[in-house]
This record gives sequence, C-alpha cells and structure tokens, in this order.
Amino acid sequence: MRQFTILRAAIARREISLIILIGTLLALVTMRAPMFLSTDNIQRIVNDTVILIMVSLGQLLVILTGGIDLSVGSIIAFSGMSASLINQAQPAIPAALILLVGVLVGTALGMVNGAIVAFGKVPPIITTLGTMSIFRGFTFVISKGQWVTAHEMSQSYMNLPHGDFLGLTNLIWWGVLVSIVMIYFSTYTRSGREVYAIGGNATAARFVGVSERKIKFMIFTVSGFLSGLAGVMWTARYAAAVNETATGFELQTVAACVIGGVSIAGGSGTVAGVILGGLFIGIINNALPVINLSPFYQMFIQGFIVLLAMLINTLADRRQEKMLLGRRRS
Amino acid sequence: MTSAKSPLMGSGRLIDENSFKERMIVLFTKWETLLALLFVLEIVVFSNITPYFLDYFNLMNASFTFMEKAVMALPMIFVIMSGDIDISIASIIALVSFAMGYAAESGVDTAGLILIGLSVGTLAGMFNGFFITKLGMPAIAVTLATQSLFRGISQAVLEDHAYTTYPESFAFFGQGYVGDSLIPFELVLFLALAVIMGFILHKTTYGRQLYAIGNSKSAARFAGIYVDRVRFINFTLNGLFCGIAAILLTSRIGSTRPNIALNWDIETITLVVLGGVSIMGGRGTVPGVTVAIFLLGYLKFGMGLLNISAKIMIITTGVLLIIAVLLPNFLDLIKAKRKLRLQQVRQN
Repeated sequence: MRQFTILRAAIARREISLIILIGTLLALVTMRAPMFLSTDNIQRIVNDTVILIMVSLGQLLVILTGGIDLSVGSIIAFSGMSASLINQAQPAIPAALILLVGVLVGTALGMVNGAIVAFGKVPPIITTLGTMSIFRGFTFVISKGQWVTAHEMSQSYMNLPHGDFLGLTNLIWWGVLVSIVMIYFSTYTRSGREVYAIGGNATAARFVGVSERKIKFMIFTVSGFLSGLAGVMWTARYAAAVNETATGFELQTVAACVIGGVSIAGGSGTVAGVILGGLFIGIINNALPVINLSPFYQMFIQGFIVLLAMLINTLADRRQEKMLLGRRRS
Repeated sequence: MTSAKSPLMGSGRLIDENSFKERMIVLFTKWETLLALLFVLEIVVFSNITPYFLDYFNLMNASFTFMEKAVMALPMIFVIMSGDIDISIASIIALVSFAMGYAAESGVDTAGLILIGLSVGTLAGMFNGFFITKLGMPAIAVTLATQSLFRGISQAVLEDHAYTTYPESFAFFGQGYVGDSLIPFELVLFLALAVIMGFILHKTTYGRQLYAIGNSKSAARFAGIYVDRVRFINFTLNGLFCGIAAILLTSRIGSTRPNIALNWDIETITLVVLGGVSIMGGRGTVPGVTVAIFLLGYLKFGMGLLNISAKIMIITTGVLLIIAVLLPNFLDLIKAKRKLRLQQVRQN
C-alpha cells in the first residue's frame, strides 16, 4: 500500500514539476514583456497549441503501446486537403458535413496503419515511415500540386475553428472535448487500461487475455481520427490547404509526449502530462518573438529542451529505482 | 508404413535437404536473391522502354544522386542490426556542412575542411552515443532531440543565408572522377567503404557481436559482450560516416544551407530496411543493402527518364518499404512450415 502511494506521488510529481517549469518560463518571459501574460495572449497561445495537443494525445496512445506514429503529419495534410477540395468544389455543402468527411478520411488512413501493424505484423515505425510517404504522395496526387487558398473556401468552413462559444473559440472547445474523452478513456475504460498493459508488458498482457491485435488496430485508428480532425481544423484555421501542411509535425507531437513525461518504451504516461508538454512547446514558440529572439532559434531551442526534459525524466527514474531498491533491502 | 500416404511426403519421396531443388528453394527465398532478381528485372524493363537508360555515361552519372545516402546507409546497418535507430543523421550532415562552410569562410584549406568534417561528424555521433549508452535513454528519443538540436545550430547561425565559398580543390570529392575514366570518385569511395563494412560485419568478432546484440541484448551481455561499448561505437561510426557523406554532398552542390539533406534520415533508413535489415535487430547483410541502394537509386533515375512525377516516386518508396517488411514475414512463415515438414519427415 505504501509503495503504491509513493509511486502515485512520483507520477503526480512529474506533472507538478512540469507546471512549475511552465510557471517559471511564463514568469521569465513576462519580466521581459509584461504583455505576455494578458488573457488575450494566453488564449492566443492555447488556440495555437490545441491542434498540437489533440494530435499528441493520439500519439500518446500509440507510444503507450511501445509504438510510434510518424504518419500523423501526412494524415493531417491528406484529410485537410480532401476537406478543402470538397469545400472548393461544392461550397454549398454544410461545413459540419465536410468536417465529418475529413475526420472519416483521417480515420480510414489510421485504419490502414492499424491493419498493417496489427495484421501484417510490420513494426509501427516502419509502417508509419512508409505511410508517411504514401499519404503525403497522395496528397499531391489529389490536389494535383495546387493549393486551396482563402478566397476559394466558404465562410462557414473557415468558421469551423474560429467561431466563438462562451468567449472561447470552437477550436479550444474541441481541444477540451478531446482531452476530457481521452482522460476518461485512458483512466476509466477497459480498453484504455489494456493500452497501458500492452506497453508495460506485452507477454503478460496476452496471458491475461488482452487482444494485442485489437488494441493496436484501435489506437492507430484513434490517432488517425484525431489527425483527421486536426487536418480540417488546420486548413480552416490558416485558411489554406497546401501540400506541405504539417511536414515534420509528427516529431513535434512526439516531443510533446516526451516533455510530458511519457516513456518512449511504452507503458507509462498521462493525458495531463501530454497536454502540459504541448502547452510548453506552444509557449516557447510564442515567446521567442516576444523576447526578441529570432525565430531561427526555434528548432535549436526545441531540440535542446526535449533533450533536457528527457534527461530530467531519466535521472528522476534512476533515483526512484534506487529508492525502491533501498526500501526492498531494509 | 502410413507415412507414405502422408501429404508431408510429397510424391512419396523423402525430401533431401542437400538436393538441388531444396538448395534452390533456400536460395530463392533469400531476401538478397529476390532483391538482385528485382534489380535485373528493373534494368530489363527500363532498357526496353527507354534507350537512354542502359548507357554507361548515364548510369555512372546517375550514381552521383544517391551515393551520399549510400555512404550513410552503411553504418546504419550496424545501428539497426543491434536494435537501435538513429534519426538524427540528416541533421548531422547539416551540422557538419555548416562547420565546414564556416571554416571555409575563414579561409581554411581543403585538408583542414576534411579534418573538420570528419571530426565534427564523429563528435556528433559520440554525443548521441553518450546519451543512449551511458545514460540509458532510448535511441529514438535521443536522436529525435538531436535531430532538432544539430540542424537547429545551423539554422540559428545561418538563418536564411548560405555558405557558398569553398576552395576549388574541395570540389573534387563530390564532382570528381577517378583518373581519366567516367567512374565517379563517390562511387569508388562507397564501394571501398562497403567492402570494409561488409568485412567487419561478416568476418570479424565485432560483426558477430552485432548479430548477438540484435537478437538479445541480455543474452549477449551474459555471453560477455560489452553491449553498451559496441552500441557506442556504432553511433560514433554513424557520425563519422555522416561526416564523410557531408563532405561529399557539400562538395557536390558547393553550398551549405540549413535545409541541406532534409529528410535524408528517413530515406536512408528506408534503404537499410529494404536491404533486408530487420528493424527488430539481428538480421541483415551489407550485400543486401548495397543491392537495395542501387535498386532504388536506378528506379528513381529510370522513372525520372520516363517523366514520372516525383510524387509517384515518394509513394513507390513508401509502398516498397512496407512490402520489404511484409514479404519476409510471409517468407519466414513458409520457411518455418518447410522446416517443420523436414523435421516430421526425419522423425518418420
């Protein structure tokens, strides 16, 4: 019982340390530019980060099972492009219906990943490395290399993320909804716990009757679903569907997970951690121009911070292991 | 004798493991053989469609476009073989190229540039190796971070500028030919490196240790192999070879931009996996990867001749990558069934 509380405290501590880190960061930036902590600006940062958080939550599920989904950026591009093309061709179709189509397209692509991983027994990294190219290639094929620009989109389509509800944008509400569902799913549902079980110990999970196939197919489908939603939101928010949409985004989602304390080996990580990890990245990206640092530093700083976050996690894990060992000896 | 009626016995004859037929089946279910056959097929098809394909001058010159990636693929075999992965290699190229460009601006000569290139690459590889083996962090996470870190350095300093002043003699490495022949220096260098790496993998203790580590890290450790030391050397080698590739690439295009070699890590891993190296570790050969390099390189060249859009090539590469892993899975299944059959026959 006591060990259990210690473990829980350790897990809780990671989120708390992240909150402290974010607080420090905000304080530092605000010292340089008091404007930064205004409600408007905070809302802008959250709005900028919601898409990253939604996709990272799908990535979280995949990483929890010990896999990785490198195709999310391409799924975003493909589903965003197909939704925009429909909107361009038939502006009369209601935006909600187009949103549904975009999400379904993303889900279908996720299912392709899931089928190859679960039934073809191809490792996730290879599968999604391959589909990353394939989906990106097909994005170019369906768009014929053209862009869909703002004046070719209907107003209702572009309003999908921008619309206001109770003072917050629709996009933020979508993020809140996805987060709540994910917290519920990962903590309170049987399938959600099975995801953790597979990542913790796949053999043990099989012996207690967890269907690895089913779970793996499901998580890639969910990741595709969220990427599809993100794709529609992305193109509508920036009012442009280009072929290079979200290139390299997959690595940002993995970075959000890693900063949020998710173990890349699978089995441990929380939704709250990933949300904080995503926010952390969002704040840094938005803070650079505020403190007069050239945006060209963004890549370097992001890499540096991911490495630092992992280093802290690893050292904390080591100390925890030592503590548990010491307890066992005494 | 009921076994005579058994379907396992084929036409009533015992299966002879050393028979010509059996040996052929083993040979033709080998991934390397399939790749080689595919390569021959590719040459036959392309040379029938277009007269420009099977041209000595064209074939030699086309090799320029994929030799740098080929050099990067060699140490990647070792890394993947032992169950690791390195997705920072393209960024190492960016870092090395940046370091050489910076040095060239301040007037360092060709020999100095080569020295800088090789050492910066090696150091970057050691940096990865340190975090992965000394601190026990997962390879994919560390190299994901250094992917941004290494390229980020180049981008922070260069912004949207480029280094374009290199000494004239520096151009030889990426543009030169051997003697008066039409054979590119890059091609010869790659083949020499491939022979060396093939020798290490297939004929030395180090190579055997790589297979052992890839199959089971803990078993290898119990067998007295310094697993972490071997992995550290792998990442260092990876850095060194990226240094070589960066020298070739920078010399060939004669400029350094922050986006140099973007996405090459993924393309290189594709080559290695297509060459039959198992991403789970423990399986793969240098000849297999070498064939895959030429197969894919000349596929792109041939499709380019036919005016097929680059997007189709991207799709083809992705499909090939997945098939490359799916197919051996099925071949393994067939092999396992045959083995079972042989065992049952012997028991009778």
